[in-house]
Amino acid sequence: MSNILVYIHAPAGTPSKGQRELLALAARLGQATAVLGGPADDAALASLGAAGATGFYAAAGGLDASGLIAPAVSLLEAAVRASDAAAVLLPNTVEGREIAARTAVRLDAGVITDAIDVDADLTVTKPVLAGSYTVKAQVTRGPALITLKANSVELPAELPAAGAAAPVHELELGDTAVAARITATAEHTATGRPELSEARFVVAGGRGVDGDFGPVEDLADALGAAVGASRAATDAGWIDHSAQVGQTGTTVSPQLYISAGISGAIQQKAGMQTAKTIIAVNKDPDAPVFEIADLGIVGDLAQVLPQAAAEIRRRKG
Amino acid sequence: MSQNTGTPLNILVLVKHVPDVQFERHLTGPGQRLDRKDSVLSELDEYAIEAALALAESRGGDKAGNTVTAMTMGPEAAANAVKKSLQMGAAAGVHICDPALAGSDAGATSLVLATAIKHLGGFDVVLTGMASTDAETSLVPAQLAERLGVAQLTNLSKVELAPGSGVVTGVRQGEDGEQTLEAELPVLVSVTDQANEPRYPNFRGILAAKKKKTTTLTLAELGLAGSAVGAAGSATRVLEAAPRPPRAGGQVITDSGDAGIALVDFLADAKLI
Ligand SMILES: Cc1cc2nc3c(=O)[nH]c(=O)nc-3n(C[C@H](O)[C@H](O)[C@H](O)COP(=O)(O)OP(=O)(O)OC[C@H]3O[C@@H](n4cnc5c(N)ncnc54)[C@H](O)[C@@H]3O)c2cc1C
Ligand SMILES: Nc1ncnc2c1ncn2[C@@H]1O[C@H](COP(=O)(O)O)[C@@H](O)[C@H]1O
Repeated sequence: MSNILVYIHAPAGTPSKGQRELLALAARLGQATAVLGGPADDAALASLGAAGATGFYAAAGGLDASGLIAPAVSLLEAAVRASDAAAVLLPNTVEGREIAARTAVRLDAGVITDAIDVDADLTVTKPVLAGSYTVKAQVTRGPALITLKANSVELPAELPAAGAAAPVHELELGDTAVAARITATAEHTATGRPELSEARFVVAGGRGVDGDFGPVEDLADALGAAVGASRAATDAGWIDHSAQVGQTGTTVSPQLYISAGISGAIQQKAGMQTAKTIIAVNKDPDAPVFEIADLGIVGDLAQVLPQAAAEIRRRKG
Repeated sequence: MSQNTGTPLNILVLVKHVPDVQFERHLTGPGQRLDRKDSVLSELDEYAIEAALALAESRGGDKAGNTVTAMTMGPEAAANAVKKSLQMGAAAGVHICDPALAGSDAGATSLVLATAIKHLGGFDVVLTGMASTDAETSLVPAQLAERLGVAQLTNLSKVELAPGSGVVTGVRQGEDGEQTLEAELPVLVSVTDQANEPRYPNFRGILAAKKKKTTTLTLAELGLAGSAVGAAGSATRVLEAAPRPPRAGGQVITDSGDAGIALVDFLADAKLI
């Protein structure tokens, strides 16, 4: 069975949905080993084991957390060399792509980003050109470095935690490359809502909310959804930039995307048109977003959204 | 690369010529290559050009000896991406053009760009966009930092170089939150569309661009073999491509007071709640 590495950016007591998807996919393709991109305690190791990791690689003496990207690249390079892995799976985040990019240079290997599926022969399926085409691609040289989009892999029922934690192999890293220093990190304020890129449901608001995200957040909470936004709304400062969906924001592929007061510009569509179901609420019957909506509602979001939220709460009892 | 803090900056900005995102884009032929007619300067690279010009200006501009050079790798028509950069204010252009380059993936592209950067003699700052709007990989900037052996300051929503300083600082949205970063020159910087507001070429800029020089470089001049680049040199291959079936626009209803209920009925029918 071939060795498949999974890069776990921040190991935690409860792995994120994206991390569980990476491990589930790796377990399907071969023997899954997790590469620990940060400190992991016993609880983290146990939960990663339950999600599919049969072993671990970590940096001897810990990974330099103040260096940007380069330390993780050295660790991943060492782990590939130690395991002779056929493939490395990483999250399709800014960090995941950059770590894959540089590791590929060191190993003279290929990278494929934005994967939504990987076959047994490591053929990767991915959307390209803002979701207008689906391609199948392969790495032809070196281990396949693949960054996987969240919400791509069906999760199996959680495996029972293995009795004894799998072994952690510590790797000596050579000299790491010159790295930019991270001098401060301001954590995102917790919203209590699901993480945007991983959420099953997303409710997004645009310029049409006119400064008030209340109706969008209220419907999101009734559905247990994440909150998204157009760039017009984030640029206006009505909501944090991390909520932006689109070409230069987060790309989402949820089961359900409710777009409210968003016209549907090409850069917005690039981030959401692979959603399974799209509902659009817009005052303008000619808004381009209606061309891709499964249900279009011509109306005022300030009326429609609160009514829908109340109705959902009523039916849930 | 020169590292003197007070000295003028030599800035290189990388720009790509890509099919206009406002039109339908197509993959064609046996290699599923992108149809490159109706191409323009990648709009995300305008933020890189603006950042380069602003950095140079913050140090006294070309009068003080700072230079901004725009470089592209691409077919004949890619010269247009350099031309627009010159119109916006870059002082000189470089166009890497060779038939063997067609079909290069990110790894091959970064090899060619890094080789050209070394060939040209090195830079204090290499600036790129956050992603090309056709490949959309964001791989090239990190690969360039790796190949050049310089620090990467990528995906910055803010970039600063204090007067006289040799330390570039920046802010980026990381997975863990907003990170403040710093690195000594020379560096590789990529900027997002949050970093600035790109200027438009004005009439004077358009006239001035006509007198600016663009150097063309071939693979032979860079000492690269054709087999190291293009589809042959790439470590990835596209096997097949299919247009995504167009989303069938569904039903559209007009709110007459109970559309919120209709929305919930729809969710219930689709078994989403
Ligand atoms: C380089 C670049 C990158 C970009 N990246 C992104 C990106 O990642 N994501 C993104 O979203 N955009 C992006 N954009 C911006 C994009 O081009 C659009 O400008 C933006 O998406 C418009 O946002 P909007 O739909 O909220 O606003 P508008 O286009 O102004 O639309 C507002 C809509 O709200 C409707 N409306 C108004 N009032 C109401 C009401 N009470 N009830 C219901 N409907 C109402 C209007 O009919 C209208 O359709 C980018 C642009 C550039 C140049
Ligand atoms: N062929 C190219 N010529 C010049 N610059 C490029 C080229 N390809 C990519 N780049 C630069 O790398 C950035 C990221 O591109 P990508 O990695 O393809 O998403 C772009 O915004 C450009 O600045």
